[in-house]
Amino acid sequence: MSQSTTSLTHRTAARRKYSQAAMFILFRVAAVINALALLIILFFLIKNGWQAINWTFLTQPPIDSMTKGGILPCIVGTIYLSIGALAVGFPLGIASAIYLNEYAKKGHTLRAIRFGINNLAGVPSVIFGLFGLALFVTWMKMGVSILSGSLTLGFLTLPVIIGTAEEALRAVPDTYREASLGLGASKWQTIYRVVLPAALPSMLTGGILALSRAAGETAAIMFTAAVFYTKKLPTSVFDQVMALPYHIYVLATAGTEIEQTRHLQYGTALILIFLVLGMNLAAIIYRSRLRKKR
Amino acid sequence: MNKKRQLKDRGIEYIFFIFALISIVILCMILFFLFREGLPVFGLVSVKDFLFGEYWYPTSEPPDFGIFPLIVASLLVTMCSAAVAIPLGVMTAIYLAEIASKRIKEFAKPMVELLASLPSVVIGFFGMVVVAPFLQEAFDIPTGLNLFNASLMLAFMSVPTICTISEDAIASVPVELKEASLALGATHWESIVRVIIPASLSGLSTAVILGMSRAIGETMVVLMVAGGAAMVPSSVFDPVRPMPASIAAEMAEAPFRGEHYHALFATGMVLFVFTLIFNFIADYISNKHRQVGASTL
Repeated sequence: MSQSTTSLTHRTAARRKYSQAAMFILFRVAAVINALALLIILFFLIKNGWQAINWTFLTQPPIDSMTKGGILPCIVGTIYLSIGALAVGFPLGIASAIYLNEYAKKGHTLRAIRFGINNLAGVPSVIFGLFGLALFVTWMKMGVSILSGSLTLGFLTLPVIIGTAEEALRAVPDTYREASLGLGASKWQTIYRVVLPAALPSMLTGGILALSRAAGETAAIMFTAAVFYTKKLPTSVFDQVMALPYHIYVLATAGTEIEQTRHLQYGTALILIFLVLGMNLAAIIYRSRLRKKR
Repeated sequence: MNKKRQLKDRGIEYIFFIFALISIVILCMILFFLFREGLPVFGLVSVKDFLFGEYWYPTSEPPDFGIFPLIVASLLVTMCSAAVAIPLGVMTAIYLAEIASKRIKEFAKPMVELLASLPSVVIGFFGMVVVAPFLQEAFDIPTGLNLFNASLMLAFMSVPTICTISEDAIASVPVELKEASLALGATHWESIVRVIIPASLSGLSTAVILGMSRAIGETMVVLMVAGGAAMVPSSVFDPVRPMPASIAAEMAEAPFRGEHYHALFATGMVLFVFTLIFNFIADYISNKHRQVGASTL
């Protein structure tokens, strides 16, 4: 190779290297922007919200037309609603996942079911709200209640649970199934005694994710479960409740003293974030532990 | 005895099959109830006037039910947010899948997941009390609650969706392709652009479409941040009223089974159809143009 071409290749090689370095920095910046967005939101909520949080705030109902006092009914309502949603979504989701992963054979039926799940996952939450209003609240005459809200949220979180449960089942090695079947167990015995116990821990992470999704959901409970203000704590599943996300929305947009209750809004948002991010973080850590164990 | 056991096993399989159908059943029920409550409005206005009518005054006498400004608002908000979210989401995905070291990835991936889990009402609240005043001052505009702000907030809601699905798509590109490219003397960056991105293009498109589908249906953010004016905007700093915002804001006041109530359900139908189209396209792309193996390229 002559002298000149070598230096030319050197130069292009250097240029290619620099362009790679420049592009990689750009990509790194994109990732940093995402992390920054999360941190900035958290920063503002914590900075403006932590002063509002004290014992009274957590254990008292709102007073003086919601300009003072606490958010106890909202916390209780949100907990009831998300547990109710899990009670509806978890068994249904696990059962669907068991069929999809253990029984279903490739074909049109499987494709149709998958298509249904994917589409259900894409239905906007406000549509779930309308659906809950039309079916549970009106047609089945459950009224605006914990029951209507839980059913709506349960259906909304179904795709999340199915997805994680399927992943959990897929991670169970086939040798487990073969060993059990080889010992003479029936298919159901194999699933019930061998596959499910092995998959259950990872299924629970899906449950936690669904719980947090339900806790943060607003549009789906606006017409089905949540009310502006109620004095008493719920005593039955047919009671209306206050809920944290809806409370933030109400205080921030429809209150009489929007500016005055700003600290309450920040405080409520902070509690909601604590609940939701806490559950998610727990699920993420738990999941990575499970993966490492394998 | 053996026969009985087989029968039992078969029965259990059918029970699970019925449970597995629930997603389709729910989807059909949603469709049925939306249409049941929404269709009556077309006894009052024609489909054309409803979709293309320029005035949405549901409470005036006589009421005007034209959702054209709402549809335009929804589409604009979605497109503007996509303009931010697509580069950000795809680039982050490429960074996570290809560039980041394992340790950074272990830290950065949960960040994206946590961003995804932020409740929409909190992001809406943030846009309202932090971003809106900032925009108002920075650009000297009458209100910070507008198309721009809503798009920005929506972008950060759809980035995690786009990022997670894109990352899966990139990770599923056979490693042989990348190795072949590197062996031919291409740099890592050239391999990413010329080999990995083309090979994962169908997955990336699915990610983008699902991200946009999430943005068009998102309610709380547009309800709190978009400003709420039911008119076709002339600039990105104009307030708008996307379909979900209209439904969520007005349903509480609409008299039960009145014209307004039916009109809102019909708006829900239109929104549902939009998201359904997005999902159909995503499903089609991800099934038709899948990179199956190294040899197909």
